[in-house]
Amino acid sequence: MRITLSIRRFDPERDHAPHEEAFRLDVAWRSTTVLDALIRIRQEIDSTLAFRHSCRSAICGSCSMIINDRHTLACKTLVGHEIERHGPTIRVEPMRNLPPLKDLTVRMEPFWDKARLVTPWLESADGAGTIPDAVLTKETRSHLHNVDACIMCGACVSSCSSLAVSPGFLGPAALAKAYRFLADPRDRARTRRLEALTQADGVWDCTRCNFCVEVCPKDVQPMEAIVRIRRAAITDGMTDTIGAGHITSFVDVVRHEGRLNEGRLPLQMLWRHPAALLAQLPLAVKMLVRGKAPLPWHPPLPSIRAIRGLFGRWRRASSWTN
Amino acid sequence: MRYAFFPGCVAQGACPELYQSTMVVARHFGIELVELRQASCCGAGVLKEASPELALSLNARTFGMAQRLGLPLLTICGTCQGVMCSARRELEDAPRRDAMNASIDEPEARYQGGLEIKHLLWAMIEDLGVDRLKAAVVRPLSGLQVAPFYGCYILRPSGDLDHDDPFHPESLETVITALGATPIDYEGRIKCCGFPILLEKAEIAARLGGENLVDAKTHGADCLVTPCPLCHMSLDMYQRRAEQAMGRSIGLPILHFPQLVGLALGYSPKELGLGRHLVPVKKVLQKIGVGG
Repeated sequence: MRITLSIRRFDPERDHAPHEEAFRLDVAWRSTTVLDALIRIRQEIDSTLAFRHSCRSAICGSCSMIINDRHTLACKTLVGHEIERHGPTIRVEPMRNLPPLKDLTVRMEPFWDKARLVTPWLESADGAGTIPDAVLTKETRSHLHNVDACIMCGACVSSCSSLAVSPGFLGPAALAKAYRFLADPRDRARTRRLEALTQADGVWDCTRCNFCVEVCPKDVQPMEAIVRIRRAAITDGMTDTIGAGHITSFVDVVRHEGRLNEGRLPLQMLWRHPAALLAQLPLAVKMLVRGKAPLPWHPPLPSIRAIRGLFGRWRRASSWTN
Repeated sequence: MRYAFFPGCVAQGACPELYQSTMVVARHFGIELVELRQASCCGAGVLKEASPELALSLNARTFGMAQRLGLPLLTICGTCQGVMCSARRELEDAPRRDAMNASIDEPEARYQGGLEIKHLLWAMIEDLGVDRLKAAVVRPLSGLQVAPFYGCYILRPSGDLDHDDPFHPESLETVITALGATPIDYEGRIKCCGFPILLEKAEIAARLGGENLVDAKTHGADCLVTPCPLCHMSLDMYQRRAEQAMGRSIGLPILHFPQLVGLALGYSPKELGLGRHLVPVKKVLQKIGVGG
């Protein structure tokens, strides 16, 4: 079958801006991957086409790119699958949120730099000593399994909403890695790690958009790892950030009223941050005028006893603190 | 059409116009909504950051209430929809479900699994049907360029929601077209509005919202429509801040999904609560020939 690959090309030595170039080729479309097609284009049509690849088996993580808007691995994407869903032209672009290099390649340095920033190795309590030679239990291993499956392909980073507007953000891949070491019982640097991860550009910058969960070719669910780091920080009493205050205040408001109250949440969240609270004032007035500002204290739902029962039960349960 | 109705916190709080316009549209089509008045907040993805079990048990309790009525659950909030679909997936695991049920005091609110949970957007397409919707249009929104804005939770993770393709959704476009309006194609339609970090990371949130608004505007949108009231809050209430972050004026009216439907059904702006928005909708009304 004759297919078209519309590839976003960019040569920093010649081009001012990227442009699309269409390549046509005949393929056995049911068994051909997008990576196979790219390799054939380079061999048969244009030897200057730049892209990374190695294992062809979704293990090395080299060939991540954007195929028909999806951040994914070219070696894991079947041409036939794309054609059935999106027609005979397959659009291929380089990853985003990383500096473009040439054609479908991007600079991975910021990616690795951020991974390094989260201390991706086991640490002793003083940061210098030896690590206890303990064997991981089956349960712990299953707990770490998801994040250990990460092949560092960068698809999550490419899709990350916060990174797109805040390039300093550690991002989903590095934070998933951070969680992997935080959750390892052999590690002795929990507090140090949590303090670093809750700084600016850390876990509280995640907007929970779920793109990283959606695109990960290995089901690592980086956002779930970020949520677990946040939970650990709150459990350990690191609740001074507005981000942590959001969670604790939300819990408090729903425990009292059974529902969220947007009139009360910002007050409770921000009373220790007067500048941020003051910045909300003009908006609060406008909302009030339009009947959009709920009163800060509502009577609770009639069934509030049953609801509070659940809050009490799970607070007492051990899982509350992890 | 009969549903157990879960309006969610925001439609009963900061966005009463969503509740109001939902009622107008439901009444128009004879859709019966049995409201779950004792249901709690779904957790909005926030409660689970404190305790996954707490969030899950609250949702199990809500699902149990719907199940007792023998009705599918209807939501009007993209975030509730996403959170509840993920909770439903977790509760399909029988031991997990049993543990959650054991924590619930009310025997009538224990959940047996297998509940159908639908957003109004999906119900309009799947249960009412596009043909019936089209036939009900008395004020075609011809010439109106509408930017569909899905929001995150109604699309992702797609495995839990099992509806639209998360990168190429069509539900909103289907309804917009049925109402006689023209959906515009722009990248921002599947992106994040920034709402979850509006208070803690105001600059990031303002840029996220701002980029999408500018994207929609530069593609010719007269207004934007969203099935999620959290997106509405971020893009309407905080549009001023987005304008500051982007260093330009935007002035894009943001409509709740049932408000757009209601306009095509011939209802007045007042009946749909359009006067409550912070960004005025006057230009939209002029375009479709409605006196403000």
